[in-house]
Amino acid sequence: MDCAENRLLTSRRGLLLGGASFAAWAYLPKFARAADGRDPRLVVVILRGALDGLSTVAPIGDPDYAGLHGSIALTADGAHPAIMLDSFFALHPAMPEFARMYRDRHAAVIHAVATPYRDRSHFDGQDVLESGYAGPGRVQSGWLNRALEALPRGERVSSGLAVGPTTPLVLRGNAPTVGWAPVALPQADDDTAMRLVELYRHRDPALALALSQGLQLEKAASGDDMKPKGGNAVMQMRQVARGAAKLMAADDGPRIAALAFDGWDTHANEGGPVGRLAFLLGGLDGALAEFESGLGDRWRDTVVVVATEFGRTARINGTDGTDHGTATIALLAGGAVKGGRVIADWPGLKLANLYEGRDLKPTTDLRSVIKGVLQDQFGLSDRVLAETVFPDSAGARPMKGLVA
Amino acid sequence: MARDSQAALVALNRFGLGARGGASGDLINAASDPRGFVKAELARPNGVLLEAPGLQSTPQLGQAVFAYQDKVKQAREAAAKAGAPPEPAPADQKPGLRRNLSLNTAATEIAGQMADAKPADTAAKPDAMQPSAAAPPAAKPAPQPLNVIQKTFRAEALARLQRATLVECGFTERLVAFWSNHFCISASKGELARIWAGAFEREAIRPHVLGRFTDMLKAVEQHPAMLFFLDNQQSLGPDSRAGQNRKRGLNENLAREIMELHTLGVGGGYTQEDVTSLARIITGWTFAGRQGQLGTPGSFVFNVNAHQPGPHTLLGKTYEATGLAQGEAALAEIARHPSTANFIATKFVRHFVADDPPPALVARLRDVFVRTDGDLKAMATMLVDSDEAWRAPLTKMRSPYDFLIASGRLLARVPEDPGFYLNNLNLLGQPLWSPAGPNGFPDTSAAWAAPEGMKLRLDIAAQMGARLGNNIDPLDLLEFAAADAASVETRRTIERAESRQQALALLLMSPEMQRR
Repeated sequence: MDCAENRLLTSRRGLLLGGASFAAWAYLPKFARAADGRDPRLVVVILRGALDGLSTVAPIGDPDYAGLHGSIALTADGAHPAIMLDSFFALHPAMPEFARMYRDRHAAVIHAVATPYRDRSHFDGQDVLESGYAGPGRVQSGWLNRALEALPRGERVSSGLAVGPTTPLVLRGNAPTVGWAPVALPQADDDTAMRLVELYRHRDPALALALSQGLQLEKAASGDDMKPKGGNAVMQMRQVARGAAKLMAADDGPRIAALAFDGWDTHANEGGPVGRLAFLLGGLDGALAEFESGLGDRWRDTVVVVATEFGRTARINGTDGTDHGTATIALLAGGAVKGGRVIADWPGLKLANLYEGRDLKPTTDLRSVIKGVLQDQFGLSDRVLAETVFPDSAGARPMKGLVA
Repeated sequence: MARDSQAALVALNRFGLGARGGASGDLINAASDPRGFVKAELARPNGVLLEAPGLQSTPQLGQAVFAYQDKVKQAREAAAKAGAPPEPAPADQKPGLRRNLSLNTAATEIAGQMADAKPADTAAKPDAMQPSAAAPPAAKPAPQPLNVIQKTFRAEALARLQRATLVECGFTERLVAFWSNHFCISASKGELARIWAGAFEREAIRPHVLGRFTDMLKAVEQHPAMLFFLDNQQSLGPDSRAGQNRKRGLNENLAREIMELHTLGVGGGYTQEDVTSLARIITGWTFAGRQGQLGTPGSFVFNVNAHQPGPHTLLGKTYEATGLAQGEAALAEIARHPSTANFIATKFVRHFVADDPPPALVARLRDVFVRTDGDLKAMATMLVDSDEAWRAPLTKMRSPYDFLIASGRLLARVPEDPGFYLNNLNLLGQPLWSPAGPNGFPDTSAAWAAPEGMKLRLDIAAQMGARLGNNIDPLDLLEFAAADAASVETRRTIERAESRQQALALLLMSPEMQRR
């Protein structure tokens, strides 16, 4: 979809950020100018809806993978071969930029990872992921904000930056933040629209017809009708990343930012190397590339953490999709990442090894990954990380050596 | 007491403005005594009045417009005399030369690239749903200060929105909106109409919503806003002194709409001759201008010099030349005409019950209108007491206004700025107090359940979800909105949403929130 043309046709569309939000911390830590000359930056990307880790970084070497993931399993050959990361794991072909960063040793994968949350509610799962507490129901502040509070108070480096729709929970709390989002009316994303059409189809056929027609009109007006679903989301992700990178690249710009991308709840027609998930992953891949190019020289000192609330079932369901699961992946990207590795204590996909007989079993605590990054980037102590940033997490030791 | 959530939905949605979230207990209260919940507001006629600090009377507002217009005129004349001064030059921006990589520069660039496609008329803060969302972007140029007309319109709008958000059931506010739309003016007519739009409703509609139709009719047709909207201040009796002097005559606009839209209805038994006759009868109904020759500027006056002299015959009855009283007698007679009773009863039932109003219910309301000489409270009470209003399925579509208000109530967000509502009402085709014609906004589901409208509603719901979804539990809100009257499918759709943000958007768009 061409944005300029779009603007002429329907002015209200504007920048399509319905599925994305961004917030940033506006204080420049004093230690950023410390003796080693590093000026570290951290971007946290939350994928809301639960990413299918087994489709993003596929354990092709696991003998049970192809059978479980069935029609949507990735393969090392065929028309859209997955990109081999090592002899066992392969990356989704929609992510060539991440693959390039991985080859350059500036990207890493952590597999079979999960938060301490073990039920399967999106809302609660996102609370745990973002709050940093061991269980749901704590929504007053997020771990990233508490990490900021623990940093030495620096000078304020910006003011009056536009405030976006909302601050993600991960960055909410006492440490002041600024946000940014374009002011145009965001559009509902395709996934939300489809869910509503489905509800109307069962409960209110007249509204189902009207809304379906409205969505078609919208597509026709934007010249988007021939493109597969997900085009909006891809563009949104790239654009929010481009804008965020630009702000973070400024000398007095925020050093720490959080974004959320929606739409990962792939219960039906998830698609394999091409299809719905492929489009979303392409958007994420593009967003990472935007951060790399937008941050310029700053990319060298940057870590991007990509995380999701939980994974999806190892076995596909009856609608060529996957249901809510447990373990999944986390991605790290950035010039500061000690990359080129898939870090996994692989549990295997044999039925006996699956969590509750259905999900990839978690063998790594996501908090260990994040604590490792926070420690390496910002020098936070074990104790602060275990008591304040991720309360009651002493058992999840910070992972060493994630940052070069 | 028995709990009937389905009846509570009728009470809150068909008659009211939707359940309020938070600690209101609206759904529980409505479920335990649905009819009583609705009728409680009818016992408090003073509760329909709207007074808020700073809201002024029609003459005061008219004088403010006259003063504003004088000031603009003087400024223009002074500028013409002095030779036009150069426009204030915009800040010199040379994007190609910009080297300083500062945050504000970056923010300005991004805002420039990305924010210029916003909808028209997003004056000031567009996010009243999120009053805590701080100031507009620093990168945008400061908006022009609002003039007295825009300020007044926004203040009047805010007062109405706040009332609608806070009021208990909302039945009387729905009645206000119904009558305000029935006797609509349009703010787009001009500066006087815009500044008077809110005052018109406060002064001519609200005092009579639980009173008598004939009183409302008189208050409306003598209100300067209506006289201005339908041009009666220009209508001169051809044989009046002013008509003779200025060689001008009748304007039938108001007279026609009084009979066609306000009382008898199309086919209500009047002829073109009756229209012309009523136009003659109400010549001289005007408002005093800026000079104040006829009275306090901006107030209703009867200008005998513009009035067509002599007796006039209307609908077979002759009205003697009694000046202002001639027109008032004619209006009173039209108000109790059987066609009026039928027209009003039909419209009333169509608004509250079904696009195709059940004839038996219409007949009963018509009869009570006739029997009580247009007692509007008696009519409203009979509607609430009827079985049809509680049995008919909830097939009416919420208007854009009702949808936005119901959303704000459920989310317990009291607007502090009308921008969010005004902008979205414009987008959704129901600009506040500004219908396209004197027939008001449509009142059928087909008009509001249109494809583009539904898509826009979804976008707005998604926007509210994105802004507010962080802080709410969507399933709690579903309990407030519908409890066990919610369909299994709606509940499941909300439970399975991939985020709170999405869940909130889907809840706001659910049939339980869209239908009434």
